[in-house]
Amino acid sequence: MNVHYLFSLIAVVALCLIAFVGVEWLGLQALFGVVLPYAAVLTFVVAFWYRVWSWARSPVPFRIPTTCGQQKSLPWINAAKIDNPTTTGAVIVRMLLEIFCFRSLFRNTHMSFHETGTGVRITYRWEIWLWVFAMAFHYSFLVVLLRHMRFFFEPVPMVIQLLENLDSFFRIEWMSSVVGIGLPGVFVSGLVLLAAVTFLFLRRLLSPKIRYISLAADYFPLFLIMAIALTGIMMRYFLKTDIVGVKSLVWGLVTLQPALPETVGSLFYVHLFLVTVLLVYFPFSKLMHMGGVFLSPTRNLTTDTRARRHVNPWNYPVKVHTYEEYEDDFREKMIDAGLPVEKEQE
Amino acid sequence: MNDKKWIIAGLLLFTVVVLSPVLWNAFKTPTPPEPVLSAKAKAAGYCVLAKDQMKAGHMQILDVWRDAVVRQGERVYKSTNGKEFNMSLSSGENSCIGCHTSKVEFCDKCHNYTSVRPYCWDCHNAPKEAM
Repeated sequence: MNVHYLFSLIAVVALCLIAFVGVEWLGLQALFGVVLPYAAVLTFVVAFWYRVWSWARSPVPFRIPTTCGQQKSLPWINAAKIDNPTTTGAVIVRMLLEIFCFRSLFRNTHMSFHETGTGVRITYRWEIWLWVFAMAFHYSFLVVLLRHMRFFFEPVPMVIQLLENLDSFFRIEWMSSVVGIGLPGVFVSGLVLLAAVTFLFLRRLLSPKIRYISLAADYFPLFLIMAIALTGIMMRYFLKTDIVGVKSLVWGLVTLQPALPETVGSLFYVHLFLVTVLLVYFPFSKLMHMGGVFLSPTRNLTTDTRARRHVNPWNYPVKVHTYEEYEDDFREKMIDAGLPVEKEQE
Repeated sequence: MNDKKWIIAGLLLFTVVVLSPVLWNAFKTPTPPEPVLSAKAKAAGYCVLAKDQMKAGHMQILDVWRDAVVRQGERVYKSTNGKEFNMSLSSGENSCIGCHTSKVEFCDKCHNYTSVRPYCWDCHNAPKEAM
């Protein structure tokens, strides 16, 4: 048993129980349904500003972009325009590819040793699966998030309805009087999200090298998101909840006139509390790579360090004593000692 | 580098996006949907299941019924209180629509509110609405 993931797992289970007990036995619907969500959104925004601002204030005196291709030099040498961007436009393209396609993750390699007849050989293999599942994870999470906007807007915007139609493209139905799957219509994004987050967890668990460097802070968000997806899927397809009640709760929150529906089950409050925790946890954790990706100095700077002279903007004027001045000070003594001087005495 | 103005612009955009549901909707009047029960349904006072179960699970019942009718030819549903129903959405007095006579006033109220677009009416004729 690994203490790091056990710790995170226990933390997430405890969070579920806190919400369940709080709603089911203590009747704290107002706390979990109104007070905590408001507090969480406020914390999320303020702490997000704080974190990004602390990065913005840090000095970046040197250009430290990573160069992933030939720099622009002589006209007859082909330059990698995007991987070694010398103009702001190319930097923007590079950033867009990084943010939307996770380009640097795409180049992920896997190092391993192989026994051969002549000894142990080291190989670097292109490892694409992390990129595949990272893409699946982030985009399905985005779709899931956007789909939830049907609870936040009334009437439901056309784009959200369009997204729902796309997401429920595969009409999977398996109905019996005992167990029914497929109604309401199956949204693929939720299942992809759960599958991808499970892969990202198993990757940390099964690969010894990655397990060695994984800490509780790596497992906790994975378990948290896994639990959020699981409770959502349970609510939608299996245990069912009063969705009209859910919307009236959310709708009360966004119109700043909170109202508590009585018919919403405790599973919904568990789901909501986990999301609340995610919002609060977000700005203080590794999840801040959402804001951080925009501020990576290895990606968002131009590589024109040789083409243009960069003067540190906060350089203060340094008092210098040039050689000429030095010679002026000591010329006679230098001539007396037989040392060569640049300028002979008149 | 001197990029603070861009960072602030990004943060402002982020804040507006995050708070957009509140900024857009603040102080609007919450209007929970009120599906109208027809006089006939009100008079009957019961459905095939209890109200809570129907609210959450009616879509599954309809689908199980469809399979039962189409594949097994079973057309009668016996509810727990001994009443018998015609396993049909829209045919005759003893079907769903026989009692819940208005799609617009009953079905659509909650479906529109929660952005649910059931495909019942792809095949079935929607009941004629009383003008």
